[in-house]
Amino acid sequence: MHLSPDDIIFWQLGGFKVNATIAYTWGLMLVLALGSHLVTRRLSKGLERSRWQNLLEIVVTGIVSQIGEVGLAKPRQYLGFLGTLFLFVGTASLFTIVPGYEPPTGSLSTTTALAICVFIAVPMFGIGECGLGEYLKEYVKPTAIMLPFNIVSELSRTLALAARLFGNMMSGTMILAILLTITPFIFPIALSALGLLTGMVQAYIFSILAAVYIAAATRSRKPPREPQAET
Amino acid sequence: MLIDWFTVGAQVLNFLILAWLLKRFLYHPILDAIDAREQRIAQELADADRKKSEADLAREAFQRKSAAFDQERAALLNTATAAANAERQRLLDVAREEALSLSAKRQESLQSEAQALHLEISRRTRREVFAIARKALADLAGATLEERMVVAFLGRLQALSADDKEKLTSALQTAGKPIVVRSTVDLPTAQQAAIEGQVRDLLGATTTLSFETAPELVSGIELTTDGHKVAWSIEEYLVELESTVGDLLNPKLPPNAVPEKGKADVDRTAARDS
Repeated sequence: MHLSPDDIIFWQLGGFKVNATIAYTWGLMLVLALGSHLVTRRLSKGLERSRWQNLLEIVVTGIVSQIGEVGLAKPRQYLGFLGTLFLFVGTASLFTIVPGYEPPTGSLSTTTALAICVFIAVPMFGIGECGLGEYLKEYVKPTAIMLPFNIVSELSRTLALAARLFGNMMSGTMILAILLTITPFIFPIALSALGLLTGMVQAYIFSILAAVYIAAATRSRKPPREPQAET
Repeated sequence: MLIDWFTVGAQVLNFLILAWLLKRFLYHPILDAIDAREQRIAQELADADRKKSEADLAREAFQRKSAAFDQERAALLNTATAAANAERQRLLDVAREEALSLSAKRQESLQSEAQALHLEISRRTRREVFAIARKALADLAGATLEERMVVAFLGRLQALSADDKEKLTSALQTAGKPIVVRSTVDLPTAQQAAIEGQVRDLLGATTTLSFETAPELVSGIELTTDGHKVAWSIEEYLVELESTVGDLLNPKLPPNAVPEKGKADVDRTAARDS
């Protein structure tokens, strides 16, 4: 049993290797990009539209409205980053119903990579929105003594993001694997359904938390609002 | 080690590529389509609003025109009604005058017709009575009407009062002309002689008589001289008959009553039949 899909290596050449994490990620990217392209190449701008277009419109407008509800003034500006986070994590969880599939998000490397993306994107959006000085001032508020605590907070929440997603996704896969060895019937199906739910919830949590961090970073000039509680 | 840093780097790269791909193939096209649809809907709503406002304006204009038209129609209708009423009144007046005129003419016509009919009835009645009397006398008494007429005439002469006789005699003497005895038909010589004898007995032996025939007497004999007359005629009976029949036929009609059409027709038919 592999604890992480990183351990399943399909091809390796020196330090360059193609493991299951990367391979399944490419698969997901292919499905997402190709599916989107197939639907959006014949988009209808009128009142009549296809069911697939309807589905994608619901997904996209749902993500935009969720971003807006977090408090970001221009949701479409962050759609590329936050929407991709949600779709990638959600699709990775959704495909767990395919036998033999290992979710890339069950690898700490993937979740770390996503957390690093968030860790980099938050200050980028903050600086882009408020300017470098204004953004850095946030670290010494209310007093300069808070600077180390704020830095630790940034790092720890990034780590928490990575560990939370990894733990949830890995545990789902692990429990399923263990149950298959103990009770091969019925229970794995129930656990698989539970895993789907957990995976979608985690995708939501991950992207919403990223949105909250970005909102906190880009709101330095605006009246502060209560950030949503972490789960 | 749970973290493979090569994989971390590859996944960061993969994520960035995926973000670009989705932006390229999903977010932009979908959002563009939604924006285009919203814009189109907004445009259609704006068009609908514009058309609605135009329709409101047109409806208001139509209502104004309709109200003006209604007023004009009501005014025209009132004018036409008044004119029609006046014309109707005028026509009614004309018709009433014409009806009165026709009624008067009809009344006159009926009256003249009734007079003519009356005359005709009188004439025929006289003739018929005369014929009946002649026949009845012949059948019952074996006498002619003229004989009985002469007898009645002579009886009337004899029945004259002394005063009347005196007046008659003086009238005959002052006139100096022969006494004219007029009768319906030519009297036979014997009866002429009887009348002559009776008159001479009554008035004097020198009296001369002249006998004439007068068809207008119908049936009778009369003796006339200057202003005096002694006569017997069936006319007297006819007058009485006429009076009685007249009372039966015209029972208390009001003076201006117009006879009914049916009755006038019956009268006319009776006259034609008779």
